[in-house]
Amino acid sequence: MFLIQCPWCGNRAETEYRYGGEAGISRPKDPDALSDAEWSDYLFYRSNPRGAHKELWNHAQGCRRWFEVERDTVSYKIARSYKLADRNSESGS
Amino acid sequence: MKKYSGLSLVTGALRHNRNWQPAWRKPDPKREYDAIIVGGGGHGLATAYYLAKEHGVRNVAVLEKGWIGGGNTGRNTTIVRSNYLWTEASLLYEKSLKLWENLSQELNYNVMFSQRGVYNLGHTLQDMRDIERRVGANRLNGIDAEVVNAEQVKQAIPLINTSPDARYPILGASLQRRGGVARHDAVAWGFARAADALGVDIIEQCEVTAVNRDGGQVTGVETTRGRIASKKIGVVVAGNASVLASMADLRLPIESHPLQAFVSEPLKPVLDTVVMSGAVHGYISQSDKGELVIGAGIDAYLGYGQRGSFQTIEHTMEAIIQLFPMFSRVRMLRSWGGIVDVCPDACPIISKTPVQGLYFNCGWGTGGFKATPGSGWVFAHTIAQDRPHELNAPFDLNRFTTGALIDEHGAAAVAH
Ligand SMILES: Cc1cc2nc3c(=O)[nH]c(=O)nc-3n(C[C@H](O)[C@H](O)[C@H](O)COP(=O)(O)OP(=O)(O)OC[C@H]3O[C@@H](n4cnc5c(N)ncnc54)[C@H](O)[C@@H]3O)c2cc1C
Ligand SMILES: [Zn+2]
Repeated sequence: MFLIQCPWCGNRAETEYRYGGEAGISRPKDPDALSDAEWSDYLFYRSNPRGAHKELWNHAQGCRRWFEVERDTVSYKIARSYKLADRNSESGS
Repeated sequence: MKKYSGLSLVTGALRHNRNWQPAWRKPDPKREYDAIIVGGGGHGLATAYYLAKEHGVRNVAVLEKGWIGGGNTGRNTTIVRSNYLWTEASLLYEKSLKLWENLSQELNYNVMFSQRGVYNLGHTLQDMRDIERRVGANRLNGIDAEVVNAEQVKQAIPLINTSPDARYPILGASLQRRGGVARHDAVAWGFARAADALGVDIIEQCEVTAVNRDGGQVTGVETTRGRIASKKIGVVVAGNASVLASMADLRLPIESHPLQAFVSEPLKPVLDTVVMSGAVHGYISQSDKGELVIGAGIDAYLGYGQRGSFQTIEHTMEAIIQLFPMFSRVRMLRSWGGIVDVCPDACPIISKTPVQGLYFNCGWGTGGFKATPGSGWVFAHTIAQDRPHELNAPFDLNRFTTGALIDEHGAAAVAH
């Protein structure tokens, strides 16, 4: 079990959260314009890195808000977590 | 290879067991092979064995970054069965089960395959409908399967709690009598020994770090023990599949998760079959040493750390105690984790890739131990002939683009 820092509520136990998968995958604006391969990539393919990973978490048993976490998939250490609005800035904790 | 037999045991004992030979050689890698298998788990070793045995491709190396069988093969709860829902999956797993049934003889190595039966419990009306449907589908495919009611479950497994007052009462189960368990290490060692005897080089402590290509054709690998050339490379690295794929600039529809298991202190024989429950989510059997072998579900997050979170173990214990209240006082001895390669449709990928000569066998996720011999058998065919066998043709990487998924979440999701 690890501690995850919710940008609103602070450090809480992992059991309060729900994992939401790889971050930064947005639904294509115009699905009809995609080839089958592009649509398949959006639906099924993931980067699944061994190392740094940006992922979504939801504070399901707290404030119920979504945010992003940068976590190492080998050591499980969390480098930082931040609000979705701050995803492009270097700030966050 | 010296054949093992009753006589060799006796003569060995009389000679104070000084006559035993190492079960496989420890060769240095050659500069080039006709085929390279990356990953020395059960699947990789089986692939090398069947390449040599069925296809006459003997100039083969198996490259393993640690020790053989140290990945999921040596970490799993060893449940073997073939009662999957869809025809494509059940035929593949049934091929494997048939190979299991003769594997100890075939390899001259006791893999301790024990067909003690597998019960998949149903706890709701919908569970029972799904069980009826799956058992019906199995029978149409010539696979042994039965529906049993709660009374029959109780008769076969006296310790189980079939009280209608249970929070998740047991209404019945599917039973595959030919299912069971096997000795995980022995499967790796048996395939390694038999493959080695046919000329396969098993090279441990040899991590693949790059996949070399010339145009669209694979030419070899870089490893921690130098460059090794080959025009055919089969990758079978379970949880590390995406890592190897990225070495060849490929992406996969796979995510790697921790999956945990644990064992209890040894007990007198109390459970002589395998019990699985999707609804309360746990699965349990008793090893020949007497330990209860218990498997959990995956942790939701990505993880290459071969460990998961404690609450996952706790959740599984709750489920097991629901089913077997008596086990609440049994102490757990150790827990561990593996890295499982989970595919969106809970089925494997055994496929050619856009790179000529590069083949992938992955996505077995939480349930590939049972498929070890069958997976090696079809993958060897795919590599040797450069085209899939009809049994693994539906498990092509392409299915994620065409949409021909094989949804086995119902039969596979509890794992195993
Ligand atoms: C806790 C747990 C319980 C399970 N229970 C069951 C069950 O009851 N029934 C069932 O059917 N299945 C079960 N499974 C799943 C099953 O264990 C796997 O699907 C199966 O063992 C995979 O075999 P494999 O040979 O493909 O992988 P592995 O045994 O993991 O072998 C892959 C090998 O590749 C090596 N490797 C990785 N990267 C490299 C590299 N770069 N270079 C060289 N080598 C590399 C690894 O070291 C490893 O030895 C379970 C899994 C776990 C973790
Ligand atoms: Zn919060």
